[in-house]
Amino acid sequence: MTDTTPDNLHGDHHHKPRGIMRWVLTTNHKDIGSMYLIFSFTMFLLGGAMAMVIRAELFQPGLQLVEPNFFNQMTTVHGLIMVFGAVMPAFTGLANWMVPMMIGAPDMALPRMNNWSFWILPFAFLLLIGSLFMEGGGPNFGWTFYAPLSTTYSPDSTGLFVFALHIMGISSIMGAINVIVTITNMRAPGMTYMKMPLFVWTWLITAFLLIAVMPVLAGAATMVLTDKYFGTSFFDAAGGGDPVLFQHIFWFFGHPEVYIMILPSFGIISAIVPAFSRKRLFGYSSMVYATASIAGLSFLVWAHHMFTTGMPVFAELFFMFCTMLISVPTGVKVFNWVATMWRGSLTFEVPMLFAIAFIVLFTIGGFSGLMLAITPVDFQYHDTYFVVAHFHYVLVSGAVFSIMAAAYYWLPKWTGHMFNETLAKWHFWCSVISVNVLFFPMHFLGLAGMPRRIPDYALQFADVNAIVSIGGFAFGLSQLIFLVVVIQCARGGAPAAAKPWEGAEGLEWTVPSPAPYHTFETPPDLKEVRDGH
Amino acid sequence: MALLSGPALAAEREGWNLTQGVTAISQQVYDLHMTIFYICVAIGVLVFGVMFWAIIRHRKSKGAKPASFHESTKVEIAWTLVPFLILVGMAIPATQVLLDMEDTSEPALTVQVTGSQWKWHYRYFDHDVAFFSLLASSPEQIRNERQKRDTYLLEVDQPLVLPVGRKVRFLITSQDVIHSWWVPAFAVKKDANPGFINEAWTKIDKPGIYRGQCAELCGKDHGFMPIVVIAKPQAEFDAWVQETALAQQKAREEEQRLLDMEMPMDELMALGKQVYDSRCGMCHQSEGQGMPGVFPALAGAEIATQPDRLVDHIDIVVNGKAGTAMQAFGPQLSLKELAAVVTYERNAWGNDTGETVQAAQINAVKSGEDL
Repeated sequence: MTDTTPDNLHGDHHHKPRGIMRWVLTTNHKDIGSMYLIFSFTMFLLGGAMAMVIRAELFQPGLQLVEPNFFNQMTTVHGLIMVFGAVMPAFTGLANWMVPMMIGAPDMALPRMNNWSFWILPFAFLLLIGSLFMEGGGPNFGWTFYAPLSTTYSPDSTGLFVFALHIMGISSIMGAINVIVTITNMRAPGMTYMKMPLFVWTWLITAFLLIAVMPVLAGAATMVLTDKYFGTSFFDAAGGGDPVLFQHIFWFFGHPEVYIMILPSFGIISAIVPAFSRKRLFGYSSMVYATASIAGLSFLVWAHHMFTTGMPVFAELFFMFCTMLISVPTGVKVFNWVATMWRGSLTFEVPMLFAIAFIVLFTIGGFSGLMLAITPVDFQYHDTYFVVAHFHYVLVSGAVFSIMAAAYYWLPKWTGHMFNETLAKWHFWCSVISVNVLFFPMHFLGLAGMPRRIPDYALQFADVNAIVSIGGFAFGLSQLIFLVVVIQCARGGAPAAAKPWEGAEGLEWTVPSPAPYHTFETPPDLKEVRDGH
Repeated sequence: MALLSGPALAAEREGWNLTQGVTAISQQVYDLHMTIFYICVAIGVLVFGVMFWAIIRHRKSKGAKPASFHESTKVEIAWTLVPFLILVGMAIPATQVLLDMEDTSEPALTVQVTGSQWKWHYRYFDHDVAFFSLLASSPEQIRNERQKRDTYLLEVDQPLVLPVGRKVRFLITSQDVIHSWWVPAFAVKKDANPGFINEAWTKIDKPGIYRGQCAELCGKDHGFMPIVVIAKPQAEFDAWVQETALAQQKAREEEQRLLDMEMPMDELMALGKQVYDSRCGMCHQSEGQGMPGVFPALAGAEIATQPDRLVDHIDIVVNGKAGTAMQAFGPQLSLKELAAVVTYERNAWGNDTGETVQAAQINAVKSGEDL
């Protein structure tokens, strides 16, 4: 420690750029976290608008609003934007904001790369969205871009789609490296691994998943590129390739990817449930082991997305058993949350409401996931609305709800103001009711035989589709309440205490609200803080 | 949970559930589905019951004081092992059903199912019968200009006909992208992969009409390639096969006779429009305008208006264009239909070449001769 007085401690920051350049050049984890979160919400609204187009077309049988080709572009880009533009950047934003504060670090380990990994994202999505306006349209082969539909039969804009995907992948990999380096090197003295908050743990594991599988996606996308433009035959039987090979490579990325989109949620819920139960998280170490088990198993289940492709029976059995196994650690997590609430002292502020909704609805998504794991029955569910219902339960009322919960939980810390509790409750109740009107009936559409990704459907599905569409519009509009709450909270409101939630635990509550631009320039003394979990 | 499981149980009774189907396998699959569904409901009621008990009874506003316990190895082991045992109980019947489903040995009859954008083709291995099966719902119905029939989007011009009570094996493949042949009533869903052959089988118990759809996104009209299977008693099936084989034989002889025939323009144009609307219009559009950047326009196109490009025009219709969505229609249409559709494309939408194309010319290109 040099002998400095508090006055010139921040002397080196007096020349901070102002206005737009502050955001372009920033290397501060809080600024970058905010940008990630704002970007993510923008993309969430855009992807939601595309979902509205889909639901409007499906409101009644027959074609009313859009051509089938444009409908397919909407389903494709909706999926890509929600996965790579909304959910993943939201988690990266939360990691940027919270991980350094939770482990007592001054910033992320690689601040300039941090800036770069954010700023390439808007260009990736400009490319992707721009391709919709090209002659021939944007990607229309589903977010899973199965070959040969995405190679021989795809529109001219496919090159742009591949390039955009590469940029998103590079951004994710850099973000993941940053998280790993930060957590392994910058924990405050005494912050042992088994004292880290679960959000840090889940993100550490998620980061390893990202580094493992994003290059695999890049490989799949590059093969699609060369098959389409450079005459290779990776996925063309006529040249010695195999279209099913694409699916194996894609889902080897894709299944860990869906856990990338849920593991940080587990961390968020594991912070919020104890806070509003005023009781320590039940089974901290088993939560860590369960998360690691889920991550490990995620590499052994990819082919459950491909049961109908004609795999050998042995492979079908192997992937069925491994997939069923995943419900054990997932179940352990749910039981632990319930045990945390058991005999606690519960209050129901908005973050807790979202967390409880998460536990119930994510578990319903887990049940349908277990049903989908059973190969013989999966033959009936596969590629129907039952699958659409399943993954929207775990991604919308799962991942997205957990992100909402996190936003409400940490908004006072970010802005220094309390948000409008009444409006936020309106947002919660509108969302939780409409999300079920939107996705619950989809289970039955699927069971009754409605395939996915169709712009028009047989008459027996009409009534339920109308209900689903109404739920969809309601859910979409409900998110505008969230926008209002966040903007109001950023602009003003009742000042928030350093620890606005009575039962909250962790280092982030030891700094003032709003969190100062620089925190923990000297490591915190952990003796003053109880165990991190 | 009660809020959601209530409608769930009601929906099951209302026919919003998985079909029990008409085969032994589909019934087993249904039973498996229901067993697992009830297990999930039971676990859900238990877990959420405990959770809502805590939510109601352990509120701070009711003066609840937090307990201090936060771990228990015994409990953790219990709720790891018990779910594992439940899973083993599920896996055993699931494995049995799966092994039955994948046993395609000793079929009485084999049908080759070929998907292509956006129709199915069926060929009977043991009989001289093969045909395409296209959506029968009209574009007017899809555009809401005409009343939709009850079977809207689930009806075809030529259904697949199968005998009941016999093991039918399907050999499933594709000509272009991946499709998936799905008939819920048989619990058969198998992907059609280009360049590879997948096997599936069924043994239908009850005569009747069973409907399904393509289940894998296969491009623009993925939602418009249904499957209809008519299951008939053995005797009726045999009669149908003989009759159809004979009719197809006659049609092939008719083809040969046609080679010496000159068809008049108006007849060619009428038939040509019919063929164009059912096979070509979905990509090249009803007025031949195409979709820029995706499907080329035919109206005003050089290939469809220049007399010296006639051979190229016939060639691309007959043999398709490799590496694009343009299929080879030579094997799909009769010489008469091919002649009519080429004539139509060269004279409709202001292309007005005045040329008629005859079956003999098509046949010449098909056999690789010059015109």
